[in-house]
Amino acid sequence: MDQRPSTILRIPQPLKSLVQRFTYLGLIVAAFGLMLIGKIDAVIVDQVRGEVINVAAPILGAISRPIQTMANVVDGANAAIDMRAENERLREENARLLQWQTAARKLQADNAALSKLLQVVPEAQASYISARVIASARGTYGNSIVLNAGAVHGARKGQAVLGDAGFVGRVADVSSHASRVLLLTDVSSRVPVMLESARARALLVGGNVNRPRLVFVTPGTRVTPSERIVTSGDGGAFPPGLPVGVVASVTDSAIEVQLFADYDRLEYVRIGDFGLDGLVGRHMPEKNE
Amino acid sequence: MNVAFWQRIDQSARSLTPFLISVALVLLSVVPLPLPGFAPVVPALAAMSVYHWAIYRPNLLPFSAVFAIGVLYDLLSGAPVGLFAVVFLSVYGIALTQRRFIAGKSFIIYWFGFAIIGFGAAIEAWLLASLWHLTLLNFRAVWFQYLVSVGTFPLIAWTFMKWQQTLLIER
Repeated sequence: MDQRPSTILRIPQPLKSLVQRFTYLGLIVAAFGLMLIGKIDAVIVDQVRGEVINVAAPILGAISRPIQTMANVVDGANAAIDMRAENERLREENARLLQWQTAARKLQADNAALSKLLQVVPEAQASYISARVIASARGTYGNSIVLNAGAVHGARKGQAVLGDAGFVGRVADVSSHASRVLLLTDVSSRVPVMLESARARALLVGGNVNRPRLVFVTPGTRVTPSERIVTSGDGGAFPPGLPVGVVASVTDSAIEVQLFADYDRLEYVRIGDFGLDGLVGRHMPEKNE
Repeated sequence: MNVAFWQRIDQSARSLTPFLISVALVLLSVVPLPLPGFAPVVPALAAMSVYHWAIYRPNLLPFSAVFAIGVLYDLLSGAPVGLFAVVFLSVYGIALTQRRFIAGKSFIIYWFGFAIIGFGAAIEAWLLASLWHLTLLNFRAVWFQYLVSVGTFPLIAWTFMKWQQTLLIER
């Protein structure tokens, strides 16, 4: 720019020095080494990631709050503009939901009576902790969010994370005051699910794109668009019946699922403790136990 | 003597700013923005920072700092650890070899330089990530992220320039 060019030329050319060249190559090799370690032993990398997130969490929490507030103000202004129409819509929805409530109450009573009759083993009571989303990185290279709740608040690796609309993902790394959640869209996310009405099992596989896919669907199942997908509870990692999404498109090559969770607008989520230790608990015992 | 001491402190505090700005941009790029559809195309802010300082003040952002910025970004963003360390080091190394052609020339050349090096970096990151996951990742989002990055570059670069002109004047 308008800098004196002579000052730029006066700085010694860093690549000229042999030592620096070796440093450069050494660091590149080290970075490749890190990638390899991450591939071979993910546990170590997860622990380091957890610690770094723990340190960064207070800063991220501080930055994310004013941005969220600003977004809320904008949302509030938008809501005020079409309040009338929104009110009308909510009134209608409320009427519809009240009908559903009656139906649900009846089913709940039926269910309780039948369960008692058949002496069904009761499911463990779930408890939840709520946490704020303080960081989110979604895209081609990974899909995860960071929450401001950690081990001291009761978060544990492998727990299910729920938003207002449905299943969000699972806790991947936990440190003392923060945790990272692997979203369903991440390329390494695999969740056992089922088609709600057909009761056919499948695996929900992320691909770092907006819509995860269904694979290993029970043979002979006809999958149709707009069928609801819920967790199946297979493997004991997540409880059965958590709402996941609906089938968005069915082609010869892939069955895509539109998730209920709106990742663009996640602000607060719940970490569910369903009393399951599932796959994670069996393979990775807690160190301090 | 006392004055000299404070001057030294002042000088080193100023020299740390390129690294600190880069770290701040890494943090900023993982803060959740409630804009629908924006998340996958968040501009590569840290890459811009690495490029800028490689061109204008490489002595203030050593290789080890670039490596640290990359690893921090990997750890926070959930990318394979080491991926962006490799990518940022490549951006830095290539920018260093080209700085004679870019530094002190017109802004267009400086911007064009980022567009070319950034494109290489986007392809590199995509290839490495695909290789790491052993699956071909979606290139569309990478391409759009690249376009958004090139589009927002002048704004970010202008901030770097101002910062550099007011705080990092070489004596």
